[in-house]
Amino acid sequence: MSSLHNASVAELSAALAAGKVSSVELTRMFLDRIAGLNGELNAFITVDEARSLADARRADARRARGEGGPLAGIPLAHKDIFCTRGMLTTCGSKMLANFASPYDAHIVERFDQAGAVLLGKCNMDQFGMGSSSENSHFGPVRNPWDRRLVPGGSSGGSAAAVAARMAPAATGTDTGGSTRQPAALSGICGLRPTYGLVSRYGLIAFASSLDQAGPMAKSAADLALMMNVMAGFDPRDSTSLERPKEDYTRDLEPDLAGLRIGLPKEYFGEGIEPGVRGAVEEAVRWFETRGAALVALELPNTALAVPVYYVLAPAEASSNLARFDGVRYGHRAKDYDDLVDMYCRSRAEGFGAEVKRRILVGTFVLSHGYYDAYYLQAQKLRRLIARDFAEAFKRCDVILGPTAPTTAFAIGAKADDPVQMYLNDIFTIPAPLAGLPALSVPCGFDAKGLPVGLQLTGDCFSEARLLGVAHRYQQATDWHLRVPTETPL
Amino acid sequence: MAWEVVVGIETHAQLLTRSKAFSGASTAFGAAPNTQACAVDIALPGVLPVANRATVEHAIRFGLAIRAEIRRRSIYARKNYFYPDLPKGYQISQYEQPIVQGGELKIIVEGREKSIRLTRAHLEEDAGKSLHEDFHGLTGIDLNRAGTPLLEVVSEPDLRGAQEAVAYARALHALVVWIGICDGNMQEGSFRCDANVSVRRAGDANLGTRCEIKNLNSFRFMERAIEYEARRQIALIEDGGRVEQETRLYDPERDETRSMRTKEEAHDYRYFPDPDLLPLVVSEEDIEAIRRSLPELPAARRDRFAREYGLTPHEAGFVAASRAAADYFEALVKASGAEARLCANWQMGELAAALNQDEIEISKSKVPAKDLAGLLGRIADGTLSGKLAKEVFDAMWAGEGAADAIIEKRGLRQISDAGAIEKLVEEVLAANPKQVEDYRAGKEKAFNSLVGQVMKATKGKANPTQVTEILRRKLAR
Repeated sequence: MSSLHNASVAELSAALAAGKVSSVELTRMFLDRIAGLNGELNAFITVDEARSLADARRADARRARGEGGPLAGIPLAHKDIFCTRGMLTTCGSKMLANFASPYDAHIVERFDQAGAVLLGKCNMDQFGMGSSSENSHFGPVRNPWDRRLVPGGSSGGSAAAVAARMAPAATGTDTGGSTRQPAALSGICGLRPTYGLVSRYGLIAFASSLDQAGPMAKSAADLALMMNVMAGFDPRDSTSLERPKEDYTRDLEPDLAGLRIGLPKEYFGEGIEPGVRGAVEEAVRWFETRGAALVALELPNTALAVPVYYVLAPAEASSNLARFDGVRYGHRAKDYDDLVDMYCRSRAEGFGAEVKRRILVGTFVLSHGYYDAYYLQAQKLRRLIARDFAEAFKRCDVILGPTAPTTAFAIGAKADDPVQMYLNDIFTIPAPLAGLPALSVPCGFDAKGLPVGLQLTGDCFSEARLLGVAHRYQQATDWHLRVPTETPL
Repeated sequence: MAWEVVVGIETHAQLLTRSKAFSGASTAFGAAPNTQACAVDIALPGVLPVANRATVEHAIRFGLAIRAEIRRRSIYARKNYFYPDLPKGYQISQYEQPIVQGGELKIIVEGREKSIRLTRAHLEEDAGKSLHEDFHGLTGIDLNRAGTPLLEVVSEPDLRGAQEAVAYARALHALVVWIGICDGNMQEGSFRCDANVSVRRAGDANLGTRCEIKNLNSFRFMERAIEYEARRQIALIEDGGRVEQETRLYDPERDETRSMRTKEEAHDYRYFPDPDLLPLVVSEEDIEAIRRSLPELPAARRDRFAREYGLTPHEAGFVAASRAAADYFEALVKASGAEARLCANWQMGELAAALNQDEIEISKSKVPAKDLAGLLGRIADGTLSGKLAKEVFDAMWAGEGAADAIIEKRGLRQISDAGAIEKLVEEVLAANPKQVEDYRAGKEKAFNSLVGQVMKATKGKANPTQVTEILRRKLAR
């Protein structure tokens, strides 16, 4: 049992199938690790042991009847952005600190149906806004590799939970990099699927045209297993894509010979820490030795991605977050003079500084007289960024680069400098603007011993290929198997 | 100096669908507060809108009926503002690219047809209701109506004066009910109009500054509100003042409009395309299928009535004012075998008066077309005089049964037996020698008196044409 917490989802699934361990035992083990570690790491906002164990007993009964797929009995955690019936769904905010959803998000339903066990709800930057998981009403999440550091964000609780082996896998969301950047900074794997592949129903919206749910786990193979549960058409989400069902594990061992790997010069320019550059370049050399063809590329509009994103995402957010008005649910100020005062106080008290900043920016760029100069212009540039990728994928199969320009940084280091914080997402923001899938896998450590993430970006619906390429890499490397030394138990 | 009153009308027609515009909740009217508001309608975190296909079909149906352009690709947009009965903090509407663009509506004013250009018609959702009474200083919110589908129809400022504006609103009302996309119930708010009113000196090419008048929930109020507003603006300008662009509310109690908000106080709605909804794309096949399903439209039916039944434009316009009225008319003509003009006269006269009196719709008439046909048949075959027919109609309206039964029961059958009438005439002539003398001396009045005597003797049942003819013959001797 002692090594099981390091096991992959695939291994745990095999152990459950073979009867070597029960879901209740696994669940108990992870709940104990959460109880031991969460006080320091603050990865979870809500844990409900009784519910988790009830889920586990049901899963064991299912397995005993010979039913249930690969995920039956596997404990996992959801980012607290997904509505979960019978449990708080806070979105990391004071605004929803008391919100109990009467319904389940689409992916919560899907994992329930698959027999997965819900360990709890993970901490996050409130409303998904942040790159460090410091912007939480419930306090910052700490990086399991060094508790003075951030785990990345906004899905930092999910990343820390998996990195510290408090859960074998977790869900996240990715609007501008929120599954991939925390995966990179916490030394795990994270996937952002093609926009529309995973239903957004029940995912509390930040920026609707960019939000995508994605899996976070220790290996690419585990991401594939989770994608088999998460992906699929949902009529409740008008942007959900109606496509034939896909097995994301179908191509985990592709031949790398002849694979055309695009290396955009913009992803290897200035501002990248030497430790990050070194690890990524080493990975490039590994692919080259396996017969991959390296293709020098340009994605000329890369520099526009961050400014475009910080017009469009706040614009959508300013409208999406209007429903949090204190009228029907969520935080309402205690004292107020009239209706407008109630709105102002409830929202002033319920939202954190970063959320307010983005609502202000978004309101501004949609305002009469500024719409054309900001919002409309950004939409045009968004199409240019997508066109860059379309041109690139005529010449290559995947695009490779660092996930983030730095490894994990200190809590508080960028908290007062939003622009520096935003620039940490410089490599993760382009893919969402183009609706493309991208994943991050560990590819080494810097001189400080902190994990570095490698990002692979593919064309629409190329998840299976990305996962296969990453899996091949992980068969030959052990970066993803390294365990944070500070993690006891 | 003559003034011209220029009006444009914005109408919100509630679309006749079972479920809401973007959720599966029921649209039925009158349920207990907040029992027809689902997770999407109350805007819980994480919920998403899904467009209701029926609303799109209704919009296309309307667009085809007014011969507008149907956009193959239109865009849902968000209109952002805070209000407690607007749960999302924005209304889903269409802004820059509405589904219906252009088009025209023909109206009849004083027997003359006029074509009114439409700017656009777009899909949107309604807000909930704020209830300020009965809550002791608090405001109650009922979200049953939140998300109810609406078609907003915007006219060009082609209307001149209150009368045309009302004619337009009535024609639009008739059309949306006619093509089955709206129940037209104004009391329940299914058809609501705002009027943009401005005035200018006759001959001036430029439009004056307009004011938008809200809360016109009946045609009568619309007429009075526009008339009041035009008077107000003219007086203002004639006193050397200037009309300020603003939104004004009509108060039917005081019969006046008053300022609601000025241009400066107007919201910045921060419209932008709704990222939760894809562009709305309609196919040629969908449009053609809807085109084929359209009924004969008001103008076409009006023209056909004039042509086939020999009605004047005014008569045709009246009996084809609504689909129900037109159906009534055609059923009446067919079942009665009477002349179409007689049918039209009865529908416009006795029937319309009775319907007005009792405030009921023609579709719910106490005397249905086939029953009225029975009555008109008795006029056509000479059984009843027009005067007696009115008495029978009143009895039918009062629920006394079919025409023939009433005629029998009351003994109202017209006396057309020439021998019987001749006998009566002789009796009357014998009893009134002075009148006979007067008549022969050239006093025409005396003749009328003699007719009256005969009619009186038969309690009005004698066929007046026969009475006149026989009397003349006898007196000529």
